[in-house]
Amino acid sequence: MTSLPNREPGAPRLGLVIDLDTCVGCHACAVACKQWNDGGHMAPLTDTDAYGAGPDGVWFNRIHSFEAGSEQGGCGSRTTNFPRSCLHCEQPACVTVCPTGASYKRAEDGIVLVNEDLCIGCKLCSWACPYGAREFDQDVGVMKKCTLCIDRIHNETLAESERVPACVMVCPTSARHFGDLADPSSAVSKLVAERGGYDLMPELGYEPTNKYLPPRPRPTLALDERVTRDSANDDLPLHGLLKWADRILAR
Amino acid sequence: MHPAFSIIFFTSAAGAGYGLLALLGLLAPLGLLPASPLFGLAALALALGLVVAGLLSSLAHLGRPERAWRALSQWRSSWLSREGVAAVATFLPAGVFAIAWIVLATGDEGSGSGVAGVAGWITAAMAAVTVYCTAMIYASLKPIRQWANPWVPRTYLALSLMTGALLLNALLGAAGQAAGWSSLLALASVALAWSVKEGHWRHCATTRPVSTAETATGLGHIGRVRLLDAPHSEDNYLLKEMGFRVGRRHAARLRFITRLAAFALPAALSLGALVAGPGALSGTLALLAAAAAALGVIAERWLFFAEAKHTVTLFYGAGET
Amino acid sequence: MAKIDDVGGQRARGFAFTQGFQRRSGPAAPEDARGWLDRYQSPREDIDPSPTVSDTVKYTTCYMCACRCGIKVHIKDGQLRFIEGNKDHPVNHGVICAKGSAGIMTQNSPAKLRKPLLRTGERGTGEFREIEWDEALTILTERLGKIRDSDPSKLAFFTGRDQSQSLTGFWAAQFGTPNFAAHGGFCSVNMAAAGMYTLGGSFWEFGEPDWDHTRYLLLFGVAEDHDSNPIKIGLSKMKARGAKIVSVNPIKTGYSAIADEWVGIRPGSDGLFVFALIHELLRADRIDAEYLVRYTNAPWLVIQDPGAPDDGLFARDADGAPLAWDAVEQRAVPATQAGIRPALVGAVTLPDGRRAVPSFHLLAERYLDPQHAPEAVAERCGVPADTIRRIAAEMAHLAFQETLTIEQPWTDWAGRRHERMVGRPIAMHAMRGISAHSNGFHTCRAIHILQILLGTIDVPGGWRYKSPYPRPAPPGPKPAGKRGETGPGKAIHGMPLGYPMGPEDLLVGEDGQPLRIDKAFSWDAPLSVHGLMHMVVANAWEGDPYRVDTLFMYMANMAWNSSMNTSETMRMLSDKDPDTGEHRIPFIVYCDAYASEMVAYADLVLADTTYLERWDCISLLDRPIGSAHGPGDSIRQPVLTPDRDVRPFQDVLIELGARLGLPAFVREDGSPRYPGGYPDYMTNHERKPGIGPLAGWRGADGKDAGKGAPNPDQLDRYVRNGCFWHFELPPEQHYFKHANQAYLETATRMGFLDKPEPVILQLYVEPLQKFRLAARGHGAVVPPADKRQRVETYFDPLPFWYPPLEEEGLDEGAFPLHAVTQRPMPMYHSWGSQNAWLRQILARNSLYIARSTAEQLGLADGDWAWVTSPTGRIRVPVQLMDGVEAGTVWTWNAIGKRSGAWNLSTDAPEGTKGFLLNHLISELLPERNGYRHSNADPVTGQAAWYDLRVRVEKAPPKERAETMPRFPAQAMPPGVEPPPAILRTGAVFRPTSRRTRA
Ligand SMILES: Nc1nc2c(c(=O)[nH]1)N[C@H]1C(S)=C(S)[C@@H](COP(=O)(O)OP(=O)(O)OC[C@H]3O[C@@H](n4cnc5c(=O)[nH]c(N)nc54)[C@H](O)[C@@H]3O)O[C@H]1N2
Ligand SMILES: Nc1nc2c(c(=O)[nH]1)N[C@H]1C(S)=C(S)[C@@H](COP(=O)(O)OP(=O)(O)OC[C@H]3O[C@@H](n4cnc5c(=O)[nH]c(N)nc54)[C@H](O)[C@@H]3O)O[C@H]1N2
Ligand code: SF4
Ligand code: SF4
Ligand code: SF4
Ligand code: SF4
Ligand code: SF4
Ligand SMILES: [Mo]
Repeated sequence: MTSLPNREPGAPRLGLVIDLDTCVGCHACAVACKQWNDGGHMAPLTDTDAYGAGPDGVWFNRIHSFEAGSEQGGCGSRTTNFPRSCLHCEQPACVTVCPTGASYKRAEDGIVLVNEDLCIGCKLCSWACPYGAREFDQDVGVMKKCTLCIDRIHNETLAESERVPACVMVCPTSARHFGDLADPSSAVSKLVAERGGYDLMPELGYEPTNKYLPPRPRPTLALDERVTRDSANDDLPLHGLLKWADRILAR
Repeated sequence: MHPAFSIIFFTSAAGAGYGLLALLGLLAPLGLLPASPLFGLAALALALGLVVAGLLSSLAHLGRPERAWRALSQWRSSWLSREGVAAVATFLPAGVFAIAWIVLATGDEGSGSGVAGVAGWITAAMAAVTVYCTAMIYASLKPIRQWANPWVPRTYLALSLMTGALLLNALLGAAGQAAGWSSLLALASVALAWSVKEGHWRHCATTRPVSTAETATGLGHIGRVRLLDAPHSEDNYLLKEMGFRVGRRHAARLRFITRLAAFALPAALSLGALVAGPGALSGTLALLAAAAAALGVIAERWLFFAEAKHTVTLFYGAGET
Repeated sequence: MAKIDDVGGQRARGFAFTQGFQRRSGPAAPEDARGWLDRYQSPREDIDPSPTVSDTVKYTTCYMCACRCGIKVHIKDGQLRFIEGNKDHPVNHGVICAKGSAGIMTQNSPAKLRKPLLRTGERGTGEFREIEWDEALTILTERLGKIRDSDPSKLAFFTGRDQSQSLTGFWAAQFGTPNFAAHGGFCSVNMAAAGMYTLGGSFWEFGEPDWDHTRYLLLFGVAEDHDSNPIKIGLSKMKARGAKIVSVNPIKTGYSAIADEWVGIRPGSDGLFVFALIHELLRADRIDAEYLVRYTNAPWLVIQDPGAPDDGLFARDADGAPLAWDAVEQRAVPATQAGIRPALVGAVTLPDGRRAVPSFHLLAERYLDPQHAPEAVAERCGVPADTIRRIAAEMAHLAFQETLTIEQPWTDWAGRRHERMVGRPIAMHAMRGISAHSNGFHTCRAIHILQILLGTIDVPGGWRYKSPYPRPAPPGPKPAGKRGETGPGKAIHGMPLGYPMGPEDLLVGEDGQPLRIDKAFSWDAPLSVHGLMHMVVANAWEGDPYRVDTLFMYMANMAWNSSMNTSETMRMLSDKDPDTGEHRIPFIVYCDAYASEMVAYADLVLADTTYLERWDCISLLDRPIGSAHGPGDSIRQPVLTPDRDVRPFQDVLIELGARLGLPAFVREDGSPRYPGGYPDYMTNHERKPGIGPLAGWRGADGKDAGKGAPNPDQLDRYVRNGCFWHFELPPEQHYFKHANQAYLETATRMGFLDKPEPVILQLYVEPLQKFRLAARGHGAVVPPADKRQRVETYFDPLPFWYPPLEEEGLDEGAFPLHAVTQRPMPMYHSWGSQNAWLRQILARNSLYIARSTAEQLGLADGDWAWVTSPTGRIRVPVQLMDGVEAGTVWTWNAIGKRSGAWNLSTDAPEGTKGFLLNHLISELLPERNGYRHSNADPVTGQAAWYDLRVRVEKAPPKERAETMPRFPAQAMPPGVEPPPAILRTGAVFRPTSRRTRA
């Protein structure tokens, strides 16, 4: 139902933490998401004009790439790959605008879902989501979205270690983390605290659950003094060779 | 935002219908309207016809129109739901008003005028509420700053009043009963709506967007953020629905059309009608004013959508919205 | 009461009005007056959180690219439901990439071939009729039988992205043609050859950084690589440890984007950068001299006797053992002996009175020269001198102040025990950014030398061999197919590809003319150890060095993205001799699984299975999946049964071998030796006694590893183990494999090495000098006069830098920009575009230009431009970016498609907005002294894709927004149906189908 639930104290707040420092933009998470969910809770993620001029389809996770800081020139700019999926907001207007009750936020874990059987396809929730996390399935006429892989994370037929979203499971660089962001002692919360995880568009007040970890500052390494010392009046090449002449080394 | 015709038609037609309905409800009990059942029937048919056509058109926008009834359920949080409830609810007093006014009040020495008065005023209030709800559907959407501001309900209400007043004036003219006050009302409502719409445009032009590509990505601390590559090389739902971009020249042209057709012409024509006094001329002028406004409001509504920039476009290369 | 009428038939996902509401998702709504209202308003979704994923799970090996990850395939009701990574697999440890995840859609591709095809229309049109397999095999047997009985080399058998080269190469040898190679020649032979001749291993698949320990990675020209998932896993491990990643690459995307430092180098100039690093390290004496003495040929004495036939060769004793100068005893001693104290510099006098110097002396002298100083190269390679010096200083600091020690005793080749393993935590990796240049062999060697000088080969934190490597540098086998070894009806003994040790190993005629159609192992490219696949079509068309009768190809889209000069190649493939009216390449046989561009040019098409429908073998005899932790190999097993009349190519090849009576494919009585097809071959074929395609579970009881008798249960054991075999080496064998006694013994026992002798790293590559001496007229096999200068120049036993060959005589003003391509991570060459999901990610490509450069050219985002090279012209859309070296433009590789191919609609963006850079690249260099050499590295024949120079001009605005050139659409073969518009693939897995509107 469209009004937001009263969250029980101590209820988990499940979500993702995405590390922009390590994401190489490989799209593995996007395709794994497509694959899992195409046959999952919101099946199918319909594709239209699949082999034609305007291929399009329902995806719950899409990977952008940005260049930031180009005013510092090609070297100073930072290329950042940027996965974008539902952030499972605490104040999700996508839910409250929904006229039918199809959109709802679960009290028990904070996941925002669409009940397809109620959805009238008015698209208003997609207008209300600042992050573009809602996907209209034209073929079925209803709205679909990231389920946080609800049919994986609580799936008792899967091994414990596999109860993570598909996108997290496949990420080859481990740039995606899944966990309880309400629990300050969870691995994801610690990561957020350590790395300065942040919200997207905090100014809009949606209070996203998912957090992004910023690109790390570049490291400064110690330098070897023999290399850095002034080379202008350096040894002549021959002298250069002589330095190995007296070295006794055993094979 | 993609300017979907079904929605443009819905908001402008239903707006005009509710405007007219509200005026009928307000003015009939005051005895300001012709007491002919034919007029009542025609006026109410027009008002309710516009409302119904608008609402039907809005269904066309739905992916699953057969489930539209479900939209009435979430009035506690959703403006769209409230709008649906209000729209449906308005039919109740409107029905009572219609019967009271056309059948009872105009029939037997106004025996129903008391009922018509109460029902009419409730209808007027409900119509206003409905239009307000419609506006709030948009005004409650924070990702679109051109919408999420108080000028939007003002505009919707004022334009609804204006189109209602112009229609009423035209109806009176067609009935050969054009009255000075109705032309004056039309003129005043045009003036109000124009100034409100200018206020909306000024608001959009002068306020700074709060969300930028930098806040959307959180990468602003590095510097200016530019899209390098979108996730998919062809357009997707988000871009088709929310990535609509209108050319600057095209927008300027449409604004001009809006100003001319929605405001300048109706104002001039209404003034003409006022000056001309009762008669065929003023009736024609009032009709033309309403027709011009219809065109103008459609242009205004088209721009309302087309110029609205959704924050999702920040992820697709828009620097600001 | 509201009736929910549109959810009838829902079972598992139906609504539970009351229970569902309270049990699962309800707000803490009290049963107050509002409760009933809530329930009325908001039916709750009753989610089944535990649906069963599948009813059948099968493990196999991915082939959405050549990385060979292990996958776990879920099947439900006979349909593919989900493909995930195999968590136990040594390659991918459970992760899977975008391509791998999209396997379902490749399996569902509407471009799958359905039956063998015989051409009916003109070549290139794509008009065919379907034929039966028996007819196809009869046609082939007759044609090939005739060839074999007259001149087997009239068959050119080239197998592009082949992962069964040990079978295909063997088959070619059995047939008797030397004309065999796979894709290596246009891919990465520079890396393979430079590595094998220097280290006995290589970046390209035979080595990997010590991802768990390294603290500094220099990544040269890598966008994706064959080790797709392993590199990503490795980079994330480095990130997690806070190690530094430096990417040397003109383009800052992907790995370069997450690198801690991006060195935006000018294409083709890496050698200069690396020599400057070497210069700095030598100057500061920050090199690991002990490592050099122990593990390399640095102290080996090089004869200095200009004009002599052995000038520049190693001084050797009577037994042929190389000599070093013992600095204590002041005499020449056998260099490979333990305990000697060899000098690294200084001229000495050999017993025969001649002068010699340690090879390190030559090396140091060369790179200490001021021409290699950072200041001297900064301008040309586009890297500031300060940056070069800082990188050298960072590496020197880590290598020499922060050595990495693993408390693990080990014993070296001479039996000396070492208490711990000490390493220098600097690793390097390089691929096609180095490889795909005509100076790539020497540049790659330069990188290896940098690694060796720092002492980071197979040490903790360094670059490590993937077992079964190292092999001797270079490994033993030489290319087979010399004159006398070939002839009518004769099989060749040995494999067509190998490692020449000197001119005598070349495949050339008396006059020095090439014996192979691709001119591999000729004076044009003596160390072309992977062949020159990119030259086959052009040479066969030209009849240079001779004409062939049949061109037989497998898994190579030569009519499109794997050819240089694609438009010309398409013409040559269909060209006819005006005199005879016959095709200049008389007969083309091609095996593909999908309706690719190449299919249209074949006379006979063999329709292959998909990777989920067949047995395959990723063998130690070919490109295995070993890692630094131990050797491994893997198989594919059929997970699905084909719904078409297709046959696995390997089965077809084995049957063809039997029909032709090739000795290894028939028994004495002439009956087929492997009637069970490829699985039979995989199990029972022995290349040498005890050595077969698969190394795991050998021996009758399955207890042997590496070597052992065939085991009839072998495939079953593989299947039970997730379709791979991995032998985990004990920790004492994890490093110093080239000199680690225990490892060398293991490797010998398993058949990787002939003898447990150390592999000595070759700073100075003597075989190169042998070619050079031949160019000076020494020896029995010498280059023709017109090739001598070329051989003399490029066969330098120490690496050097020269400008890419294409730049020789180029008007730089007319072609000021470098143009290169990158692999897109979610696409594999040409074949990803038939995948409905992957093509949504990338259905068109643009030319990326540095913002500053574009501004000078008057180009804005989305403009169209003409790109002109010395040989061609294309029209492309343009995209601006910051992270690219200003003199470089680039695009994603192989996104552009010929219209009609892959069963895409003819207006698909791949055809109208996508493009290939290949139209601009020539397979031949401009004429010089009446001859056009291959546009390739002069040492290895590696195709020089990235030497391309272009100019970019804005297209007139009135021109169509469409890429050029375009070709008439190719027809889809019979049986290949028009594709569906809407895909509701996963809908079948919903509990009810009521959800989908008709
Ligand atoms: N401009 C430019 N050109 C390049 C490169 C570059 O970097 N830039 N890179 C070069 C390099 S390194 C390479 S390796 C080549 C690669 O180029 P190609 O070797 O041509 O590789 P692909 O396009 O991957 O596919 C070859 C064919 O294999 C077919 N195939 C796929 N799966 C199967 C199967 O299971 N069975 C059969 N029988 N066939 C199958 C595909 O349908 C396709 O037709 O491209 C080269 N071309
Ligand atoms: N996803 C995916 N993976 C693949 C493939 C695929 O098609 N798709 N193809 C497979 C094949 S066949 C191969 S050969 C491998 C190749 O894998 P890579 O070696 O990663 O090949 P490329 O994508 O060509 O990347 C070469 C990189 O070198 C850079 N470069 C170009 N010129 C220079 C130069 O002069 N100096 C330096 N330092 N850098 C330069 C380019 O910018 C680019 O980033 O990938 C394999 N893996
Ligand atoms: S899988 Fe990981 S690295 Fe790849 S795009 Fe997704 S988050 Fe980035
Ligand atoms: S990201 Fe969008 S769809 Fe997801 S919860 Fe927030 S507002 Fe709703
Ligand atoms: S589209 Fe569906 S889920 Fe979204 S607001 Fe409308 S009814 Fe609710
Ligand atoms: S959590 Fe699941 S549904 Fe959401 S983006 Fe990841 S894979 Fe897709
Ligand atoms: S890298 Fe991807 S496509 Fe290649 S084998 Fe591994 S999972 Fe398959
Ligand atoms: Mo390759």
